[in-house]
Amino acid sequence: MSSSAVETQVYSRTQRRDLSVPLVVLLLSVPALIPLFVVVGAVFTPEQAIWVHLASYVLPHVIGNTAKLVLGVALLAGLLGTSLAWLTSMCEFAGRRFFDWALLLPLAMPAYVLAFIAVGFLDYAGPLQTWMRQIFGSSTWVPPIRSTGGVILVLSLALYPYVYLLARGAFLTQGRRAQEAARTLGLSAGAALWRIVLPMARPWIAAGIALVCMETLADFGAVAVFNYDTFTTAIYRAWFGMFSVNAALELAAVLLLFVSGVFLLERRSRAGVRFASTRDTSMRAPRIMLKGTRNALASCASLAVFSIAFLLPFVQLLVWSVTRAASDLDSRYWGFVANSVVLASSAVAIIVGTALILAYLQRRHPARFVNGLIRTATVGYAIPGTVLAVGILVPIVALNNVLQDLLRMWMGPAAPSLLLQGTLLTVLLAYFARFLAVGFHPVESGLHRITPSIDEASIGLGVSGARMLRRVHMPLLSTSLATAATLVFVDVMKEMPITLIARPFGWDTLAVRVFEMTAEGEWERAALPAVAIVLVGLIPAALLTRRGEYVA
Amino acid sequence: MWLEVHNVARHFGARAAVLDLSFTLERGSIGCLLGPSGCGKTTALRCIAGFEPIDQGSIRAQGRVLSEPNSAMPPEKRQIGMVFQDYALFPHLTVEQNVAFGLHRLSFTDRRRRAMDLLSLVGLADRRSHFPYQLSGGEQQRVALARALAPEPDIVLLDEPFSSLDVELRERLGVEVRSVLKHLGATALLVTHDQQEAFAVADVIGVMRDGRLEQWDTAYELYHRPSTRFVADFIGQGVFLRGEVSEANTVQTEVGYVRMNGAHWRMGQEVDLLLRPDDVIHDDASELKAEICARAFRGAEFLYTLKLPSGATILSLVPSHHDHAVGERIGIRIEPDHVVAFESKK
Repeated sequence: MSSSAVETQVYSRTQRRDLSVPLVVLLLSVPALIPLFVVVGAVFTPEQAIWVHLASYVLPHVIGNTAKLVLGVALLAGLLGTSLAWLTSMCEFAGRRFFDWALLLPLAMPAYVLAFIAVGFLDYAGPLQTWMRQIFGSSTWVPPIRSTGGVILVLSLALYPYVYLLARGAFLTQGRRAQEAARTLGLSAGAALWRIVLPMARPWIAAGIALVCMETLADFGAVAVFNYDTFTTAIYRAWFGMFSVNAALELAAVLLLFVSGVFLLERRSRAGVRFASTRDTSMRAPRIMLKGTRNALASCASLAVFSIAFLLPFVQLLVWSVTRAASDLDSRYWGFVANSVVLASSAVAIIVGTALILAYLQRRHPARFVNGLIRTATVGYAIPGTVLAVGILVPIVALNNVLQDLLRMWMGPAAPSLLLQGTLLTVLLAYFARFLAVGFHPVESGLHRITPSIDEASIGLGVSGARMLRRVHMPLLSTSLATAATLVFVDVMKEMPITLIARPFGWDTLAVRVFEMTAEGEWERAALPAVAIVLVGLIPAALLTRRGEYVA
Repeated sequence: MWLEVHNVARHFGARAAVLDLSFTLERGSIGCLLGPSGCGKTTALRCIAGFEPIDQGSIRAQGRVLSEPNSAMPPEKRQIGMVFQDYALFPHLTVEQNVAFGLHRLSFTDRRRRAMDLLSLVGLADRRSHFPYQLSGGEQQRVALARALAPEPDIVLLDEPFSSLDVELRERLGVEVRSVLKHLGATALLVTHDQQEAFAVADVIGVMRDGRLEQWDTAYELYHRPSTRFVADFIGQGVFLRGEVSEANTVQTEVGYVRMNGAHWRMGQEVDLLLRPDDVIHDDASELKAEICARAFRGAEFLYTLKLPSGATILSLVPSHHDHAVGERIGIRIEPDHVVAFESKK
């Protein structure tokens, strides 16, 4: 602690008067700051008529729905994630090693994909009910999937891996000391679970649930499939349906209020994680051997979750894809793939490049101001895509109109019409704001491992400047950069609302195609583009499980 | 006897971590298992705490059986407090909640009072609402001690309790821990690899090697009357000097004749004589000379490493105003308080 403080001092003293670094960082954080200002600004410039309309017809319904959804998903995903993590990290049962990583796979399946498969499979016209009517003559006793319970279930199955991943890490690193200490103080092994193991993991579990809440608030595709009205769908309809920019902005502002509540919760739990970490390096407690019925129950529960959240939907997806492949696997399909890949690769180049610059600037100038700006620039991961898209498009449309007027004044009626809002640049700007954090954190932690003493050792051996970057830093950073690139690529491939709102006209990606097909209830035709998204999504899941510490 | 460890063995696979371990501890006394790392001392402690089963022998406290092969009382029933090497404080609880954790049988007010009593005893009453991460290492250690002592356990086990502290803190806390334990009349067993720590805290010390107890004695006896060559080597400094028994209980060595007491030796037998640095006195008048081949300044004293004509080396502790250079030959005299000798290894 004290040595890093000294290093910090040395670094900042040499560069104290140099203002260029804070300026560069400020510039790079503008894309994330603009939508925040625009949306928050909308709160202070309310339009009476819109507010009256929203407050009486839209908000009560939407707030109620969103609250029910977030609460339900937080509870169910928290329960699923924590209990499955406890089973796979603290117990031993048949198939435990397989489920240990298999239970992460739902991470690869975006919620909107799981949603349309569930609706397509379980709906009145879907395979299950059709089949039941053929056999039993009736299918009325199947609970309707298009219900609040149905959305909650689907989102929980898609999002529980966040809780699972964090809770699992907490349980695995807890060590056995704390439990042993509890037992010398008179607690039985069972009581120690409730009084020590779970409370100690609480910050991690809370952080996982906070992430789940953020994803739920940000979700657009899944609730759209269910026709379940939340803020994101209301913003989308206000933007496209009613063509009311202000209504969309006001809705975005209210949503942002909800999000910032969850965001603060997440930040607090992360701080808790830091403090709750023990220095316990003792061996882990031996796993609880489950025998007989308990063993079977643990295996069945894990298998059930894995099947419902990943295996069965994936098989259904493949079946649908194969049936449609003959007619749909054409040049248009490859066009969607190409559009997705072009967007994702451009986003990777811009985001990872910027992340690298920011991480180096932060390393050289760990001043509070720079850190604060970077935190602001990376806050976009918490902001729903709909809010970001609207918050970026509104000023760009305004800028476009100003430029257009100037152009007309200068060139007269012969002036060409500008359309800044319909360019790839706008989409990429929104991606940048949303996913900078995804690219920044791996790079930052990678660079963090290159301590100042490594630099000094290299310089001491006569290797400095660009040669040091090439011979020392790049080899050490390559894994982090690859991780950052992969995560950004996959996130952009999966992204739906920003692409939908901000893309150039006719620039259809895989995710857009999924949205269009599901909007028409063409579940089978949505499967083919969805398969590509799921397959790409498997990469980060594989990355997670390949890391040494995971296969413990 | 308050604690009776009888013939205990614990194997990990084919390897015996603890073998034939027997010792007893009286009520209110502080014992210590001392030995190099891997000697089995921590395993022995974990057997007593109930975290490891035993393969042989028995562990009893006040006559109750705690452990026997195939039957072990669960740790929470043993009335044993434990201070862990890394303290294992519960990070989600405050200092006071940590100390009160084991007091679930008491009423709320009693629990609070007892926790506060112990916190005052270890001098941390003002830190009661802090969280563990807000405390220094030494403070965490004292909280761990208070937490272990709060439920008035029959025995307190301390597993390398000072090893994560820096050296100066270690000595001070050793004395403090001893006075807290004595104040409460607690029976305690400490495990450590550091003999200074053992000397500072314990009444009686057992030196362990390869899972076996070599000697169970007071610090004074271990230093001056080690019963095995390993104990003589492990405790304190010193070197062995080869000698030959010349007449009844007298050894002839390169540095002169030394009378031995107690043991009976055969004439002509080869023995190794233990010479502690304080047994070798610097005396300018002495005819016996040795060459200085290394010296270490210790403040009040120099520790000289001396080479005898035969090439054997001995250590000598000399007041530091006798400042001699390496290579100088100085006069020495042998004056052992307690003569310790072992049969030579051929």
